[in-house]
Amino acid sequence: MSDINEMLIDSTKKIMRDFSTKETIVETENGIWPKDLWQIIEESGLTTVAISEENGGTGGTFGDAISMLRVIGKFAAPIPLPETLLANWLLADIGLRASIKPLTLSSIDEKDNFTFTEVEGGWSLTGASNYIPWARFVEGIVIIGTSEKETLITVVDPALCQIKPGTNLGGESRDFVEIQDQFIKKVEVIAVTEAVLMSNYYKGTIIKTALMAGSLERLLELTAAYTKERSQFGRPIHRFQAIQNHLAVLSGEATAAKIAADNLIEAVDTNSYETQAMITKIVVGEAASKSVPIAHQVLGAIGFTDEHVLQFTTRRLWAWRDEYGTESEWAEQLGAQVINNGPEEFWPFITALD
Amino acid sequence: MKKTTNKSTEELVDNFKELRNEVRNFIDEEKAKGTFEPQCDSWLGGVSTEFSHKLGKRGWVGMTWPKKYGGSGKSALARFVVTEELLAAGAPIAAHWVADRQSGALLLKYGTEEQRKYYLPKIASGESYFVIGLSEPNSGSDLASLSTVAEKVDGGWVLNGSKLWTSGAHYSHYMIGLVRTSPQDSNNRHGGLSQFIIDLTNPGVTVRPIHLMTGEHHFNEVILDNVFIPENQIVGEIGNGWTQGMAELAYERSGPERFLSTFPLLVELLRVIQVDPDRFAKIEVGKLVSRLWILRKMSISVATLLENGETPNLMAALVKDLGTQFEKQIAETSRLLVSSNPSVTSPFSSAFERRLAEAILHSPGFTLRGGTTEILRGIIAKEVVAK
Repeated sequence: MSDINEMLIDSTKKIMRDFSTKETIVETENGIWPKDLWQIIEESGLTTVAISEENGGTGGTFGDAISMLRVIGKFAAPIPLPETLLANWLLADIGLRASIKPLTLSSIDEKDNFTFTEVEGGWSLTGASNYIPWARFVEGIVIIGTSEKETLITVVDPALCQIKPGTNLGGESRDFVEIQDQFIKKVEVIAVTEAVLMSNYYKGTIIKTALMAGSLERLLELTAAYTKERSQFGRPIHRFQAIQNHLAVLSGEATAAKIAADNLIEAVDTNSYETQAMITKIVVGEAASKSVPIAHQVLGAIGFTDEHVLQFTTRRLWAWRDEYGTESEWAEQLGAQVINNGPEEFWPFITALD
Repeated sequence: MKKTTNKSTEELVDNFKELRNEVRNFIDEEKAKGTFEPQCDSWLGGVSTEFSHKLGKRGWVGMTWPKKYGGSGKSALARFVVTEELLAAGAPIAAHWVADRQSGALLLKYGTEEQRKYYLPKIASGESYFVIGLSEPNSGSDLASLSTVAEKVDGGWVLNGSKLWTSGAHYSHYMIGLVRTSPQDSNNRHGGLSQFIIDLTNPGVTVRPIHLMTGEHHFNEVILDNVFIPENQIVGEIGNGWTQGMAELAYERSGPERFLSTFPLLVELLRVIQVDPDRFAKIEVGKLVSRLWILRKMSISVATLLENGETPNLMAALVKDLGTQFEKQIAETSRLLVSSNPSVTSPFSSAFERRLAEAILHSPGFTLRGGTTEILRGIIAKEVVAK
């Protein structure tokens, strides 16, 4: 983290309070681009955090960006800021300039869905995906695809794609995108290594954990507040032991997610963070799976109506725990690594993760 | 808080590498000599006065206390490193555990100079053991209702009553007992309680064994029948016992012993399943590892806050609640991943089966001792609502 961190967090919080309102979230879920919210995000330089000023960015570190995204997650902000940052970082990694405009990228897992075929003067790109975030709203889609020889990246104008709207459980745009025999100039296609792609995937995973840690913070606040406001049998419901039990379990999970995210934010700028990223995704995923049912149980019927703001948070947590690896997917990798290291190496492995 | 966590993390890696290696080498040597077999819940069940002496000689008991009281003047994080290494190894550290973690710290904070000079060096050498005298036959979770009384007499106090679940009273030397020095007052439930150092060899003290369901002897009832305690054995102030006792709770609840009690089983589990791990086993192990990691991080954050003079009672309660659930989960996951015949007594049982049996049979205690899960959750919820 850098000196700009505190300022960045404060200004992000202010923007979120003023612009990421209930109305904006509802409208966006109904297919309307949140232009005021995006405009202020863009003007504040948030779309290029952790990209150097020489490369057209705002500066700051990866850790700064992650702490900012935790705020974005807390406010359930309906904008492709995570995707724009991730796309910009990938472009920076392969030597391209960052864009302040909204961007998205296709999944690394789906690189075989998009094929580059060499033609005169460039490439012909063909392929489809049914899960590209925010495709219908962005100004550029970073497509990761393959030629016969290598993995290639290019930025495609959405106007040249066939896009059908879809959503995840959180109501966030996850669209079908089809590209057919699109000609791309040779200079606009760049080869990418597996290492750069993997690094970007881990960054995507870390972003997801930050968004989720923010959401869980919000979930605890909303739930605790409700138990004070709501009275039954003549007293606020937080006085009942059954409710206290719920609050305590929820608080434990939200705190676990918070400490995991805190540690990850510290680690990303100084250490290698792959193992911590996978552990954190497991921790926040489990926290989400335990906490969301509690919050809904405590808030009762009102909590699962569209009138109440709780659902913005809970639906996103349901969606995000499955994006960039479920708890099981990461646990399998982590477990395999630990088992493979052998029993004598286990404790040293844990203490080395400081 | 972020900054301090960061600092503690760096410290744990850099400054303590040498210390950590020193403890690991010591453990390896002792294991090679056959001094101990790793066991679950070794901070309750692993009693070896010989081993405690060895730790005392190395300066690993009372290590945060000033040198003039026999301590080593080290930081709480240094102590964290030593204790987590010993716990992870399942080393026999029960004899001195309470004196080191709790009683010594209490005397350091509230004891008289005379008490510190007399008791602390003995504890730090690993030769003097203490027990906690809190629960009573009719006072468990509702501790403030306790009824053991101290009556003022010439030159001291006379104590009558009984203390229950006093782990290790049969080999320990002293009990720090919380007793009533003035009658119960419904307007001030926590008032009128005081802490006394009770020499367990005093006339009138009877230690009655209470065996665990495994047949092991850890618990006792300490019966006090007209026990005279001289004035100089009062800890802190008369009537301030509750506050003094509660001040130590964050230490008691957040340490690595609250999530590492069954760690030796996890090591044996890895040994068994490494032969042919399937996807299910990998996933279950991965989940346990991530849980262990986060619990350790939470515990380290509390240790760091404590070091900075804060009292993070909420976080400490969370560590204990989540940590003790985790200790039980290790046993449950192990029995479901590896079919076996867990036993502590069968001569044919494998190390895995013995550790599993210890973990299962000791598991009820994890979520009871040091504040039950129900009491902790009440504390947590109240703090969350008060925020």
